[in-house]
Amino acid sequence: MEELEQTAAQAVDEIGRAVDQTTLDAVRVKYLGKKGFFTEQMKALGKLPPEEKREAGAKINGAKQKVLDALNARRQALQDEELNRKLASETIDVTLPGRLCGQGTFHPVTRVIHRIREIFGSLGFTVEKGPEIEDAYHNFDALNIQPNHPARSEHDTFYFNPNILLRTQTSGVQIRVMEKKKPPIRMISPGRVYRPDFDMTHSPMFHQVEGMLIDENISFTDLKGILNEFLLNFFEEQLEVRFRPSFFPFTEPSAEVDVKRRDGQWLEVLGCGMVNPIVLKNAGIDPDKYSGFAFGLGVERFAMLRYNVNDLRLFFENDLRFLSQF
Amino acid sequence: MIISKNWLDELVDTGLTTEQTCDYLTMAGLEVDTASPVCGDISKVVIGKVVECHDHPNSDHLHITKVDIGAGELLDIVCGAPNCREGLKVCVALVGAELPGGVKIKPAKLRGVESNGMLCSYEELGVNIEEKGIAELPEDAPLGKDVKEYFGWNDTSIDIDLTANRADCLSMLGIAREMAVLTHKEFREPVTAPVAPSISDEVKVEVDAPAACPRYVSRVMKGLNLSAATPLWMKEKLRKCGIRSLDPIVDVTNYVMIELGQPMHAYDLSRIKGQMRVRLAKEGEKAVLLSGDEAVLRNDTLVIADDEKVMCLAGIFGCRDAGVQPDTSDVLLEAAFFAPDAIKERARSYGLATEASHRFERGVDFTLPVKAMERATELLLSICGGSAGPVSETLSADSLPKPAPITLRPNILTRTVGISFTDEQVLTILNSLGIKTEKKDGNYVSVSPSWRYDINDEADLTEEVARIYGYSNIPNCPPTARLLAERTTAELIDADRVKSVLVDRGYHEVVTYSFVEPKKMAVLFPDIRPIIVPKPISAEMSAMRVSVIPGLLEAVGTNNKRGQNRVRIFESGQRFILDKDAENGISQVEMLAGVISGPVAGKNWGIPERDCDFYDIKGDVEALIASTGYSGSYEFRAAKCSAYHPGICAEVLFNGSHAGWIGQIHPTAQKAYGLKHKVFAFEIELAVLQKARIPSFREISRYQASKRDIALIVPKTVNAADLTAAIASLGGSSLVNIELFDHYEGENLDEGKKSLAFTLTLQNNEKTLSDAEINSTVDGIVAGVREKFGAVLRE
Repeated sequence: MEELEQTAAQAVDEIGRAVDQTTLDAVRVKYLGKKGFFTEQMKALGKLPPEEKREAGAKINGAKQKVLDALNARRQALQDEELNRKLASETIDVTLPGRLCGQGTFHPVTRVIHRIREIFGSLGFTVEKGPEIEDAYHNFDALNIQPNHPARSEHDTFYFNPNILLRTQTSGVQIRVMEKKKPPIRMISPGRVYRPDFDMTHSPMFHQVEGMLIDENISFTDLKGILNEFLLNFFEEQLEVRFRPSFFPFTEPSAEVDVKRRDGQWLEVLGCGMVNPIVLKNAGIDPDKYSGFAFGLGVERFAMLRYNVNDLRLFFENDLRFLSQF
Repeated sequence: MIISKNWLDELVDTGLTTEQTCDYLTMAGLEVDTASPVCGDISKVVIGKVVECHDHPNSDHLHITKVDIGAGELLDIVCGAPNCREGLKVCVALVGAELPGGVKIKPAKLRGVESNGMLCSYEELGVNIEEKGIAELPEDAPLGKDVKEYFGWNDTSIDIDLTANRADCLSMLGIAREMAVLTHKEFREPVTAPVAPSISDEVKVEVDAPAACPRYVSRVMKGLNLSAATPLWMKEKLRKCGIRSLDPIVDVTNYVMIELGQPMHAYDLSRIKGQMRVRLAKEGEKAVLLSGDEAVLRNDTLVIADDEKVMCLAGIFGCRDAGVQPDTSDVLLEAAFFAPDAIKERARSYGLATEASHRFERGVDFTLPVKAMERATELLLSICGGSAGPVSETLSADSLPKPAPITLRPNILTRTVGISFTDEQVLTILNSLGIKTEKKDGNYVSVSPSWRYDINDEADLTEEVARIYGYSNIPNCPPTARLLAERTTAELIDADRVKSVLVDRGYHEVVTYSFVEPKKMAVLFPDIRPIIVPKPISAEMSAMRVSVIPGLLEAVGTNNKRGQNRVRIFESGQRFILDKDAENGISQVEMLAGVISGPVAGKNWGIPERDCDFYDIKGDVEALIASTGYSGSYEFRAAKCSAYHPGICAEVLFNGSHAGWIGQIHPTAQKAYGLKHKVFAFEIELAVLQKARIPSFREISRYQASKRDIALIVPKTVNAADLTAAIASLGGSSLVNIELFDHYEGENLDEGKKSLAFTLTLQNNEKTLSDAEINSTVDGIVAGVREKFGAVLRE
């Protein structure tokens, strides 16, 4: 029996020294092959008396199992080594840039509009569109802008003829929406507007977002509540916001809204007010039953504030070095 | 409207600082634009008198002076101003004085002569009075007095950006009235006792247009000395309000206008010929203005005229041949009420917007003319001497504005503002503003005062209550609204989602002007007549775009010029096409358009360099289409469009209807836009790309799929799309996928032929297909396309 243990120990030792699968296989054949030591031992078992067989067999199997375990472990180790060598040889420079075609960008104006839509969308405001070439009725008359109002002059409006013009504000969409929907109305309307000014701080085309809420019992307190929250949300800052009286023909009371900049200066960011009952009447809504508020803001101004853009003209030059920053 | 803070304090003693005053004004809707000091940052500048003045021996322009500042000892000061002379009262910056721009006065030697101080010009003191040389002060200016005190320069000019409705605040009186209400302080209205006439001269004025001129007040003044100097206090008050001093007549009429808000005019009495009338101009009638320019009048323009000439465009501009001249001594003063509707737009239509027209067209207090006349008389007499005749008034009481009672319902007030007011609050606010209000039958009934043209209905009153109560005192409350979600449909994709497909494929979104250069656009679209902007910013912006492509090409050009050759950009926006069936005759459809030009990718070690081509942009459009789930409903059909290369252009169809175009921009157009590289473009109606297919599940076969590759040689004229469609239809239901994996022309193929190779995937939902079944299907396909296109299997 001593021989058995010695041989097993010797086999395990040889297995441990096998450097590759071939030598390992030779060791396996030597001890476990058809003519291997353990096979021979099992054959010899037959000659023993039956009462000894069981004990002897168990011993042989025990020793054999040790060798087998060592063999399997060594085989796995050799395989692992081989795989690791192969993988090591496949190493690449992972810092080389990927094959990207380049990510595009949304225009900052779109980004701002998207964000505004998100905020008002969460309050149930829908997005409405209107034509950019508009008639004087929707752009002026229905909004209570009197025929001789200076904003209607050719200095301030692009006319195609006395009745057809490039809209100077998105407010006309208020009228279009009220004409086709009944309250409650909660809408915003982003879009291009046009005015004949072109200098450092004026573009003949720019973007506004109009907003309106019409329902029963809508008050100035609601207007203040929603717009204050909107501004804090948009700028993601605990801004100081103030509402100050102003004048627009289509709202009354009207207000302009300022936010306090870090330098302590107030900066006007939007105009708003309670929809003038005359405008509601013009659009076929009973002002005794319904009330509402409306607001309008300049998208480029919001983009300039939010993204620190210092020149309005950059928005329309479309230089890729500008666009790719957004 | 520019006001002086000190002047305001004279009318209403608020005790507020400038900053507080500005806050009050702004928060009441009278937005303060700027508050600027009325002189530069100066110290130690006092009044002196030049008691000796000699020429400097070593200079051709310097003077050596001795200046008395009332301190006993005379100062030696060298001065270079040509108007420096003996006897002149001057502003002396003493040694140690500070002047604007960091100037500090120190003892100095100028060409060998000692100088202990400096005689200052207004400019050097930071004061906008246009006088050459050193400031010349009145003879009675007290020696040694600080100039800031003497001139009243411890003051601020406050520039108020008035809204169009607040014409009542176009005067010191108006602003003071407002301030008094806001601060609950007494307001001291400037009162003038009537000046009794000392002569009986009068000019009878006929008012032919009483509706346009309900009140005309005039007064003869004789023996005026117009060479008298306007007093310093008046000059300075005017200057602080942005008005330049000219002569006593102009200064006094301006002063009354700034103080009370009543524009006035003065005529040379000796130049009035015959009967004076207030009438409408005759069409084409000419007037020679004070400026010497001739105006040709329309018959909607109110004038004051005599028998020979137009003397004045009423409320707008005076005329030369009736105006006051330096030697005038007798004048006719005018203070009238011209109805806003008679003045509106007229001034600007003649290019003559003036302080007077600005006020009249917005509405001047119709009770003011007599008060203003008395005030002007008093001031003129005190400056120029002379005597005044009686005040003549032509009044058409029926034509004066008649404010009607306005009802304000308390429930509407509460609903609009969102908070409840007590009767006392409402009545106090409105009455303090001069809006006479009482409570009647549960409602407030108000009558607007003569100076408030903007108070006409319930909303106007509501706004006044909210405004004076203070917007800041009104709480912010989130509305309680009924939670009614708008019905939406999954069949509509958000436009931003559509655009994000392009953004993720490397496109940058641009925004180009909707008006473009028409000649270049005509190279792209010669057959579409654009809508022309009659008064454009420039010729380059004079036509409304009929397509988004022109703007994109301009943007490519801009970037090419700045060294950026690889361009991938897109834009969405309306394009404008005349269409008599559309609203207002213009079809305004939102398009999504993109262009690519130059290298297909940025320089990259792992991507071979090549320029982009048609199939690059087509792949992008296919990605857009795939995102809608409607790939099978779109078709690219070879077609011609003027903007595109005739051989590299496809019409994009959705369910057989036109949806847009894709192709290479026509080389002629590329040249017209000055572009270096080929440009590939697409333009598709955004609404079509926003149509989404709602997915509907189809069974996935559990049986094995088989693949067969076939290469077909066909004439070059056969379209891949047609061939693929034919294979699909021939393959029947077991042909579940077709991939076109090779396209070949050239060697080993006959002239005019090409080879297209497909991988066909065959699969059945009920069983595994046998080889025989597969072969039979493939054979059927090959036979079918042979018959239809003459296709031959390539071995």
